[in-house]
Amino acid sequence: MNHFTDRRYVFAAAIILVALVFIIRLFQIQVVDKSYKQYALSNAQSARVIYPARGLIYDRTGKIMVYNKAAYDIMVTPRLLEPFDTTEMCQILDITREDAKERLRAARSYSMRVPSVFMKQVSYENAALLQEKLFQFQGFYVQTRTLREYTTPVASHALGYVGEVDQSILDNEPYYQLGDYIGVSGIEKAYEPYLRGQKGKNVFLKDVHNQTIESYQEGRLDVQVVVGTNLTTTLDMELQEYGEKLMSPYVGSIVALEPATGEVLAMVSAPSYTPDLLVGRSLSRAFGDLAADTLNPLFNRALMAQYPPGSTFKTIMALIGLQEKVISINTSHNCYYGFYVGNIHTACHLHDTPLKLIEAIQNSCNTYFINVLKSTLQDVKFPNTASTYDNWRGHLLSMGFTKPLGIELTNELDGNIPEASYFNRIYGENHWNYVTIRSLAIGQGELLITPIQMANMTATIANHGYYITPHLVKDIEGEDQIDERYQERNYTTIDTANYGPIVEGMDLVVNGGKGSTARNARIADIRVCGKTGTAENPHGNDHSIFIAFAPKENPKIAIAVYVENQGFGTTYAAPIASLMIEKYLTREIKRTWYENWVLQLTQPVVPERKRDTTQISTMDDGTEE
Amino acid sequence: MVQRNRTMANLDWISILLWLVIMVFGWMNIYSANIMEADGSMFDLSQRFGKQLIWIGASLVLAMLLLALDAKFYIYFSYFLYVILLGVLLGVLIFGREINGAKSWFVIGGFQLQPSEFAKPITALALANLLSSHNYNLKRFWHLVKAGAIIMVPPMLIILQPDLGSVLVYSAFILVLFREGFSASIMMMLAALALLFFTTLLLDKALILLLLVVASLIIYMVASRSFKKGVGNAVWIAGIFGLFYGINYLLQTEFSLFMLGLASLLPVSMVVVVKGFRLREYVRMKILAGLIISIVFIISVDFAMNNVLKPHQQHRIYVTLGLEDDPQGVGYNVNQSKIAIGSGGFSGKGYLNGTQTKLHFVPEQSTDFIFCTVGEEWGFLGTTFVILLYAGLFLRLIKLAERQRSSFSRIFGYGFISILLIHFIVNIGMTIGLLPVIGIPLPFFSYGGSSLWAFTMFLFIFLRLDASRLELLR
Ligand SMILES: [Zn+2]
Repeated sequence: MNHFTDRRYVFAAAIILVALVFIIRLFQIQVVDKSYKQYALSNAQSARVIYPARGLIYDRTGKIMVYNKAAYDIMVTPRLLEPFDTTEMCQILDITREDAKERLRAARSYSMRVPSVFMKQVSYENAALLQEKLFQFQGFYVQTRTLREYTTPVASHALGYVGEVDQSILDNEPYYQLGDYIGVSGIEKAYEPYLRGQKGKNVFLKDVHNQTIESYQEGRLDVQVVVGTNLTTTLDMELQEYGEKLMSPYVGSIVALEPATGEVLAMVSAPSYTPDLLVGRSLSRAFGDLAADTLNPLFNRALMAQYPPGSTFKTIMALIGLQEKVISINTSHNCYYGFYVGNIHTACHLHDTPLKLIEAIQNSCNTYFINVLKSTLQDVKFPNTASTYDNWRGHLLSMGFTKPLGIELTNELDGNIPEASYFNRIYGENHWNYVTIRSLAIGQGELLITPIQMANMTATIANHGYYITPHLVKDIEGEDQIDERYQERNYTTIDTANYGPIVEGMDLVVNGGKGSTARNARIADIRVCGKTGTAENPHGNDHSIFIAFAPKENPKIAIAVYVENQGFGTTYAAPIASLMIEKYLTREIKRTWYENWVLQLTQPVVPERKRDTTQISTMDDGTEE
Repeated sequence: MVQRNRTMANLDWISILLWLVIMVFGWMNIYSANIMEADGSMFDLSQRFGKQLIWIGASLVLAMLLLALDAKFYIYFSYFLYVILLGVLLGVLIFGREINGAKSWFVIGGFQLQPSEFAKPITALALANLLSSHNYNLKRFWHLVKAGAIIMVPPMLIILQPDLGSVLVYSAFILVLFREGFSASIMMMLAALALLFFTTLLLDKALILLLLVVASLIIYMVASRSFKKGVGNAVWIAGIFGLFYGINYLLQTEFSLFMLGLASLLPVSMVVVVKGFRLREYVRMKILAGLIISIVFIISVDFAMNNVLKPHQQHRIYVTLGLEDDPQGVGYNVNQSKIAIGSGGFSGKGYLNGTQTKLHFVPEQSTDFIFCTVGEEWGFLGTTFVILLYAGLFLRLIKLAERQRSSFSRIFGYGFISILLIHFIVNIGMTIGLLPVIGIPLPFFSYGGSSLWAFTMFLFIFLRLDASRLELLR
C-alpha cells in the first residue's frame, strides 16, 4: 500500500546527523573552547574591595604620631544608574547641579561598568545621610577609606604624605587600582608595603541586575584584609617638635642621630609645613601653594640641601692628616691673621700663635688646616698631587661623603667632593696644588655635603671611627629586626686612635678657655663636644653651622645644625644645637633664660619670600621624588 | 477490562521510559534553575518547579485517560476536534489574556493554558485523517491543497496572536507529506528555496542574481550538452548588461545593479521564449522559468524582511547568521546561553551549582533556555546524554510508526515525529548559537504545562494507536 517506506531512512539519517552536529558543537563550546568559563566568571562575580587601615606610626618613646580617620567616598557605577532626584542628591552632598552633572560625565567617560569616585571624602554626616537614602540612588554606594591624621603637626618631611596613585603606578604595579592611596614621600613611601597592609576582597555572586546574591563558594575566593603594619620611628617627637620650634624663624636644617645606632632622633628642615595640609581633598591645592613658595618648604633640606661644611670640616682634615702620618698632635704652625703665599691670602682671626693640632681645632685656625692640606698633598708616599689627593678623597668616601648615605627616604642627595680629574680638567694636569684648592681645607670651595652627612660625620667622630647608616624606623611590628644595613657598623679608613685628639679639640671648642669658639654651647653637667663653622655664601650672608655630640663619654646624641644666611656658627647654630642636646638628654630645658634668648635673637635675616613661578620650577627639581 | 489489559500489554514501554526520564531530568533542571529564589521545598507551588510537578502529575493522568479511550475514537473524532480547535483559537484571540505581548493564553484558576500548543496534535490528527482517506493522492493538486489547508489554517490563526515560533513549527508537517510520497524534487525545490532565502539575507541581491544566472547557464550547458550555446548566451547577457551599465553611468540615472541585471536579462529571455515556442525547445524555457521563480522569490523575501518582520526579529536572524554582532543587545540571549553552556565544561559544575542560569544571566532559563542549565551543571556529558535521549526517542518512534498497518497511525506518528523534531532542532540549535532565537520549548523538558500536555497528547495518542496496531487497518 505504501511505496515510500524507504524514506524512513532519510528521517533516521537526518536525526542522527542533527544529533552529531549538536554533539560536535557542544564539544567545541564546552570542552575545546575555554573562553566561556572566563566569561562566566566575569559575568557572575563581583568583588567588593575592603580597604585596610594604614599602619600607625609611633615615635621612639612609644607616642603615637600618625593614625587614621575614616573618610567616605561616594562611588558611582554609571551602568547601574537609574533616574534619581538630582536636587536631593545635590542637597545632601552640598554641590551644584552642574557639578553633579560634570562628575557623572567624568565617571561615565572612565567606565560604565567599573565604579569610580563620584565625590571624594565627604563628611561623615553627609555620607550617613546618603547611606540612609541610598535606595533612591541606584548605582551609588559609599566606600569607606582612611585618611592620615597627626597627633602633633611635626616631622612632615620624615613622615611624608599619602596621595592617590598616578598613572605610572597603575601601569607598573598591579596591586593598585585607580583611586587607591599610596605613600608618596618620606616614611609613607619607603615603608609603603608594610603600612598599606593588604586590600581585602569579598567575592559575591551577582545577578544580571548587579544585585549581590550571596558570597561566592562560601568565601573561598575572598581575600582576607590585612591591616597595615605599625611602625616605630627612631624620631623623638618631643625633640623633633622642639627642633622645628627653634628653627621656625630660619631657613636651614637640623639632623640629630644616636651615634651608637644610627637612629635619626630628629630631622628638621625649615621652613616646613604641617603634615595635615597634604591629606585628602586639600592635598592638591596645598601642594600647589607649597610648591609656589619661594622658600620651598617641600624641599627636605636635611637630605637634599648640599652645603659647604665650613670649618666643621677641619676635624676631618685633622683625622686624615693623622692617619697618613703627615701631621702629629704636636705639629704646630704659625698664623698671623691668615695664610699668605705670594699674593694669595686666606684670612684668619685673632688667636695665639703658634698652635698645635688640638688648639688649632679649638681656635678653628684657617692657616693651620691649609698647612695640613699642604702636608697631606705633598706626601712623598705618592708620586704626584693628584694621586695624593685621590687617596685623601678615599678616606672621605669611607666616612659617607659624596654618596647618599642610604636612609630609607629615596630623595637623599649625595653631596660633592671633586675627584683629582676634576682639578686636572680645570687647572691642567700637575698645574694645581694645595694652594689652588686650599678652600677645601676649611670646608669651602667645591665641597658640598648634606646636613645628614654632617650629622653622620659627627656621629662617626663620637663613635671613634665608625657609623651606622642613619635610618628612621627602628621597629616594624611583627618583624624580628630591621634591615641589616641599618645595623652594620661602617668603619672608616681612619684608625680609632686618631679620633682621640679630634674629640679633645671638639671638647675644648665648647668647654675650653681662651680661644674656644663655642663656649655658648656649654651645658652644665653635660660634656658637649662641638665644632663651629661658617660657610661663605656668594649669594648672601654666610651660613651658620654647628656640629656637636654629647656626652663626651658614651655619646647619646650627635647633631648637625645648619642655619642659612645667619653668619657665624657661634651665634645661631651653636645655641640651637646646645638646646637640642639639653632637651634630648635631660628632657627639659633648665636654661630657660637661654632658650628665651635664642628664641628672641635679632630679627632673623630671611630672604624675602616671593611667589614667582619662574623660580619655582627650578626649585621644584629637588622635591620631586 | 480485557481490552484494557491488552492495551497495557501492547504499550511501547521503551518510549514511555524515555518520556519519563526526559520529563524527570527536565524537572530536576527546572528545580535547579529556580532554586535561588525559593527556600528549597520542591512542592512550593509559588515556584515553577512546584507548578511543573503538578503539570507532570496531570500529564500522567492525561496519559492514562488517553490510553483508556478507544483507538478508533481518535480517527473518528479527528475532524471534530480540529473544528473545535479552530473555534478555540478564534476564542483566544477574542477572550484570551495577553502575556509577553502575545494574546495566546487562557487563564484558568491561576494556571495558564496556551491553546496553540494543543493545536499541534489535533492538526496532526486531522492531517492523518485526510491523508489516510480512500483515494487520497498527493499527486493530485486539489488533494494537496486540502492537506495544505489543514496544515495552514491553525498557524494562520496563531500568527494573529502573534506567535511566530509556533507558526514555524507547522512547516514541519511538510516532512509528513514527504514520508507519504510527496515529490522528492519538490522537496528539493523547497530546500533550494530555503537555501535561497538565507542567501538573500546574507548576500547582496545583485550578487545573488549573478549567481543565479551563472547557475542557469551551467544547467543549460549540461542539459543541452553544448558549451558553446551557454557561452553564447553569457556573452549576450554580459554585453547587454555592459551597455545598460554604460547608459546608466552616462545619464547618471541611479538604477541599482540588481535592476540593471534584471533589465539585461529581458532581451535574452524574450528570444528564449519566442525561439522556444517556435522550435519546441522547452529545456531553456524550463530553466528560464526556474530563474524567474527564484528572482520573484528573492524579491519577495527581501520585501518580507524589510517590511513584514519586526526589527527585533530581523535582528535575531541577522545575529544568528553572524551578520551582526551585538553581545549586549539581541545577541545577548545567545551569548549568555553559550557562556552558560560553555562554562559547564566536560563534566559540569555539578547539580545545583550553576551560576549563570540561576543568576538570570540566561533569559527564560526554565522555559526556552532550560538546556543551558543542563550544559552548565552537567557539562558535555549531560548535554550529550540529553541529545542521545531524544535521538533514542526519535529512532524508537520511527520504528513504531513504520510498524503500523494503519496509514492513519503512521501519518499521525510522523506528524508527532516532525513536530518533536523541529522543536528539538530549533530549541537546542538556538541555545548553542546555531539557529536564530525562536522561542519554542524543548518538548517534555522545558517548564510549561501546555507544551508538556500537548506533547503528552501526541505521545499517548500515538502509543494508543500503536497498541491497537493489529486492529486498525485504515
Ligand atoms: Zn689662624
